[in-house]
Amino acid sequence: MVVAEDSPLMREGLVSLLARFGHETIAAVADADAVVTAVRADPPDVLITDVRMPPRHADDGLRAAVALRQAIPGLPVLVLSQYVEQSYAAKLLDSADGSGVGYLLKDRVGAVAEFVAAVEQVAAGETVVDPDVVRQLLRRRHDPLQRLSPREQEVLALMAEGRSNATIGARLHISDAAVNKHIGNIFTKLDLPTATDGHRRVLAVLAYLRG
Amino acid sequence: MPYGRWVRTRTAWQAMAQRPLGFLVSAWPWRALAYLLSGVVLGALTIGVLAAVVAVGVVSLIFLIGALVLLAVAFSGLAVARVERWRLRLVDTDATPDPHRPPPAPGLRAWLRTRLAEPATWRELAFTFVLLTALCWLDVLVLSFAFVLPWFCITAPADDPSAWPWAVLGVLLLLTWPYTITSWAGARAALTRTILAPRDAELGDRLTEVNRSRARLVGAFAAEQARIERDLHDGAQQRLVSLSMALGLMRLDVPPGSPLHDRLGEAQEQLSLALTELRDLVYGLNPRVLADNGLVAAIAENASRFPIPVTVDVRLATRLPQPVELAAYYVVTEAMANIAKHSRATSAHIAGRHHADVLTLQITDNGVGGADPSGGSGMTGLADRVGVLDGRLRVSSPPGGPTLIHVEIPCPFG
Repeated sequence: MVVAEDSPLMREGLVSLLARFGHETIAAVADADAVVTAVRADPPDVLITDVRMPPRHADDGLRAAVALRQAIPGLPVLVLSQYVEQSYAAKLLDSADGSGVGYLLKDRVGAVAEFVAAVEQVAAGETVVDPDVVRQLLRRRHDPLQRLSPREQEVLALMAEGRSNATIGARLHISDAAVNKHIGNIFTKLDLPTATDGHRRVLAVLAYLRG
Repeated sequence: MPYGRWVRTRTAWQAMAQRPLGFLVSAWPWRALAYLLSGVVLGALTIGVLAAVVAVGVVSLIFLIGALVLLAVAFSGLAVARVERWRLRLVDTDATPDPHRPPPAPGLRAWLRTRLAEPATWRELAFTFVLLTALCWLDVLVLSFAFVLPWFCITAPADDPSAWPWAVLGVLLLLTWPYTITSWAGARAALTRTILAPRDAELGDRLTEVNRSRARLVGAFAAEQARIERDLHDGAQQRLVSLSMALGLMRLDVPPGSPLHDRLGEAQEQLSLALTELRDLVYGLNPRVLADNGLVAAIAENASRFPIPVTVDVRLATRLPQPVELAAYYVVTEAMANIAKHSRATSAHIAGRHHADVLTLQITDNGVGGADPSGGSGMTGLADRVGVLDGRLRVSSPPGGPTLIHVEIPCPFG
């Protein structure tokens, strides 16, 4: 993987964390230009990048990631951010076809195992969106989503995080059959054609939410 | 309560409008008299001095020095106007500012250049001519009418018993001198102020300077906020996240379910709360999305965090200058915070357009209304923020609602 992060402390921490789980970091860089060079030289399985980076100390990291995804189709990118911003998430999800992207709050790296799981999901082409973003999206689009029951909203949020049906069931202490029923209801209520496989349903929901 | 007590009398004319007795026993008639007498003296002196200078100048014109002497005549207005402005205090207690600018450099050359270029110099010269040809003669005429004419009326017919009506007229005229004198003094003062006070344009520079310094202050404040935000972001936040990561890794090395495992978990939770608080604080200081993605995105982002439904209809063709974006953003967020706190609204609407050099924003809610712009320091703070950019903020909030906040900010290069 390639890690892009301008704070040395964070950068080293991320590298050793990934190493701990057996992932090799081929390049650890500190600014947006170096990201582009490193990724183009040797496309990694995942690019993990901060939003805010030199040289402009604005959303350079995000811009570089979006540009790279256009240049290298299917390049998985996990973006870490200090803030939950829908406009950043939307930019990222709109890049390429929206598969193999993740957008997480930086704090999530503290939950080490879950963070590494998210990295692996993104590498496998799935979509991972921070629960806070999902919560905001849910709140923003009141009209269609108010039709969902609280339980269905919970299920939808977990789906958006890229959880499997089994995980959702375990999290909410309900059976797989119940999870399936809720998902079916969600699709019906949101007028979405029923789909069965992993990340596409998340994308469908997010695409609908972005409206 | 006498009228004059609670309206502070500032000019001779205002004094005349008081109750007669109040006016007659006040110092104002005597001040007016002093004003006119000193006007006569000033006129006489000026005539004398100028006549002498012109005579000397014409005679010595054969030598080059004569031209310089005549040039001094052109500047006589400066001295006369100075005395006139000082004298004006007798009948008009408001200070009359000096319309002249200090020369940009020391030395006679710079002084001459500045003074010759100023319209005020020529207005003062014109005033000097008016003084010489009309004003001081009118002073003499009015003084004569008030004192000399009555004196003739009273004394002339003393030996003719049938002419007593003249004496009565004389006495009446003499009794009215305070009004005669003061009315002319007031008129003369008004004329003097009109000609000798600085024009708006001459004051303009100083007013602009004040505005600029206010804008500088706000700019410095914004820069300081951005610096704090940057320091927290690059420093404390990164360290805390790294710490959380380190704790997470340590937790992996500890058998699950052991006391240490749980303690580490608790520590991480505390840390996560601290991070959340820090993030909210930093976000409030300087929202990155505003700098990165502009006003429309920042307002939409803010609206999506809002507890009640907000419809956002802000359409801008381009990014606006940074100070305008910042002010507009803070107005919107502060107004929305007010809505959340006080209005009991169930929905709100934000509209924004940029038309013909003006950014307009409208924030409406369907709440209970009754927002008091004078009572809330928040509202005046918003007006100040907008005011620095020469914008204005208007509020309509009748009791029972709805509340409408309308903001206009001039924004020429949008």
